[in-house]
Amino acid sequence: MANLITAEHLSRYYGKYCAVNDVSFTVAKGEVLGFLGPNGAGKTTTMQMLCGNLAPSFGQITINGFDLLSQAKQAKQCLGYLPDTPPLYKELTVHEFLRYCAQLHGIRKTAIAPALKLATERCGLGSVSHRLIANLSKGYQQRVGIAQAILHQPEAIILDEPTVGLDPLQIREIRALIRELGQDHAVILSTHILSEVQESCSHVQIIHQGQLILSTPIAGLNQTMDEGCLLVTTHLPADLGVLSAIPGVTAIEAITDKQLKIHHSLTENPTQQITAAINSGGWELTELTPIKKSMEAIFIALTQDKDL
Amino acid sequence: MNLIFTIAAREFKSLFVSPLAWTVLGILQAILAYTFLTQVETFTLLQPKLASIDNAPGLADIVVTPLFGNAGIILLLVTPLLTMRLICEERRNKTLSLLLTAPLSPMEIIIGKYVGILYLLWLIVLLITLMPLSLLIGSSLDLGKLAANFLAIALLVAAFAATGLYMSTIASHPTIAAMGTFGILLLLWILDWTSTLQAQRSELFEYLSLLRHFQNIQSGLISTVDISYFLLFTATFLLLGVRGLDKGRLQK
Repeated sequence: MANLITAEHLSRYYGKYCAVNDVSFTVAKGEVLGFLGPNGAGKTTTMQMLCGNLAPSFGQITINGFDLLSQAKQAKQCLGYLPDTPPLYKELTVHEFLRYCAQLHGIRKTAIAPALKLATERCGLGSVSHRLIANLSKGYQQRVGIAQAILHQPEAIILDEPTVGLDPLQIREIRALIRELGQDHAVILSTHILSEVQESCSHVQIIHQGQLILSTPIAGLNQTMDEGCLLVTTHLPADLGVLSAIPGVTAIEAITDKQLKIHHSLTENPTQQITAAINSGGWELTELTPIKKSMEAIFIALTQDKDL
Repeated sequence: MNLIFTIAAREFKSLFVSPLAWTVLGILQAILAYTFLTQVETFTLLQPKLASIDNAPGLADIVVTPLFGNAGIILLLVTPLLTMRLICEERRNKTLSLLLTAPLSPMEIIIGKYVGILYLLWLIVLLITLMPLSLLIGSSLDLGKLAANFLAIALLVAAFAATGLYMSTIASHPTIAAMGTFGILLLLWILDWTSTLQAQRSELFEYLSLLRHFQNIQSGLISTVDISYFLLFTATFLLLGVRGLDKGRLQK
């Protein structure tokens, strides 16, 4: 499959400070790449470089086969970008603003109306299209920002934290939209919410201190993180010795004597054995909840792996 | 090319969406109408005396030239306020990335913005020109001289706008852009004040002075030197503007 976005050995220095250090990756059509990293990891810098808003100190970017430096116009024609702050002219109405964006991207006059209609429908902006952007809520402004990025049907779509400021219902809609877009475009989205990546992305990359520390299809993420965690509450205090002897259990943290955090391996999921052990011990299981690993935990685990 | 006019049209419209353009147009017109009327009054007082002189200064010399001279000075104060937000505010509001991500060259962005603000400035010039034209109802006017004045001020505001746009690309805050523009323009305006000191006059300063070239054209003496001064001036600051815009991409 053709790679729509190719980044080779990207580096960016701010003075002596190195924000992005030798990052290379590709995104093909039909892929949604989740870009994860804590604050200040270099996510936004990388995205700005991909969109030509920032020149890389070293390295090369190719969008849909066009070099971003020497064939900037053709490359940018294939790009849709939503920066971390949506670039909106607040004195315009949604309709006027999107029309202006369409003109900037050189959409033919006859094609502007259908393109506008499609984008407003996809982002659920139909009801507000004649309101001033300044008067819209943050969620709606964010949606206008997304509409602006997908308006001209670009081959490559880059979204910097697209779900910030949206309510849960909107977040679900936007994630569905991203999955839909991912079918015939190449999408990169940055976030620091892990569940977002798990729901909408096909690939994931983790960036830390300007360096890529993980780049894998989403299925690989769970394998890399061969560790799960269960929150177990029992009516009577459980015998830790019995539980920790179960194969697959790696560690047990006692929060109180009746509430335990059991860390276990995912490949050898011991949930059934644990419930069986608790039942046979007569400690009366009242709660058993799998705890989803936070981005932070995965992240810490990965950086620690790297140090070893 | 179309894209330049797309940007220019939006820039022009956005000026009229806010009260800014209306305020500027209203206040400028009121002040210049006042100076215009005082000049007309002066002319009516002087007319009997002038009738007896051979080759006396005409209506155009007494009314039109001072009116456009005043307009030049007032626009020197006003243009920095109009141009200060062009790029600077877009950068601050983070809307600049919309233009940077669109398939536009930095040159197209700068020229687009420039043309947009030039529409407004030339509209102002046009409205000012209507005042002396109204004299045609009751008297005759040296139209050639009026045309020279019109050309002089049109070139002058083109140079002002280019300077303002450049400052707006490099300043971090609109106020700084306005102050910088005002400083450069005022310095270039007063640069030929040394010419009054006969012993120490500097030809270089005289050449660089905006006022000198402006007055040359105003007097009806349209020479290549003065026209090319303004064109070079404008082109230089536009090119610097392109560099200033690109600098944001290259380093921080």
